[in-house]
Amino acid sequence: MPFIDLKKRVAQVKIVYYGPGRGGKTTNLEYIYSKFSDRMQTEMVSIKTQGDRTLFFDFLPVDMGKIAGFDVRVQLYTVPGQVKYNATRKVVLRGVDGLVFVADSLEATRKKNILSLKNLHENLASYDISIFDIPLVLQYNKRDLAQQGIPLLSVETLEKDLNSNLKVPSFEASALVGTNVVATLKKIITMTMASIESQLK
Amino acid sequence: MGYTFGIKELNAIEEALRHNLIDVGVNCVVLIDMAGNVIAEIDNGETKHDIYSLAALAAGNFGAVSAMAQIVGEDEFSLLFHKGDKECLHFSKIMTDLLLITIFGHDLSLGFLRLKVAETTKMIENILQS
Repeated sequence: MPFIDLKKRVAQVKIVYYGPGRGGKTTNLEYIYSKFSDRMQTEMVSIKTQGDRTLFFDFLPVDMGKIAGFDVRVQLYTVPGQVKYNATRKVVLRGVDGLVFVADSLEATRKKNILSLKNLHENLASYDISIFDIPLVLQYNKRDLAQQGIPLLSVETLEKDLNSNLKVPSFEASALVGTNVVATLKKIITMTMASIESQLK
Repeated sequence: MGYTFGIKELNAIEEALRHNLIDVGVNCVVLIDMAGNVIAEIDNGETKHDIYSLAALAAGNFGAVSAMAQIVGEDEFSLLFHKGDKECLHFSKIMTDLLLITIFGHDLSLGFLRLKVAETTKMIENILQS
């Protein structure tokens, strides 16, 4: 839930990147940080294990300028994707306003994508949020690997597995190269702001 | 569903934070919600901390500690304290969804700080319930 400060006319919005481990959630935030670091007042915060996996979350605040007379501050978070860290995933989801689900396009991770989306569904339900009601964008990451001959799931398969019921916007992307990273971010911000706009009036 | 605080409520909260905590020697005080949003922040004019990152980490930390409390059969640990060489951090839960973060040096005793935080907590609860 966004916090709207009527005194300073600031709205704070929380967007969480969710998905299976090693899917590219942190890489999304790292790309955004490298691209827009000149507009950011603070550094990206990462809590990682020694093996460089996300242990708790990454955090990146981005000032989006004015919407409906309010300064909008979007706070981007990732969750740890590894199955064993569900308790911390739930903590990070608290108060979420919008979600990006980063699916791994590798053929070998088909089941992990489906399980992670099911896990998101369950964790949102624990906060009485329906996955069908909250702003959500799907990102099919690592599409660039096709050029190296690595077997990937087709977009049709990913859509069928993940988006046949949700029917939300989806992007083919490469977080490492940057393809559609910003487009994904713009889409989720637009959808999230539309969902809270009535509260800013 | 979002939430807002009116200007009158925010002014009253900031006044309570300033009078009860900053004026007695606290370096910086931040009121956040459990999602990591910053609701109010006041400092003594000498500190320069990254409040937004601190809020995100504090909310996550408090959530993790609450989950630990449940594992050992407690409902929650409602306050946390971290002691540093120069700065100390004190976290105290207010009602169900707010967290008061106090940053202070060694010139202030923990006992006195806890007393002032308890007073401030009551004042903020009264402001929000009225």
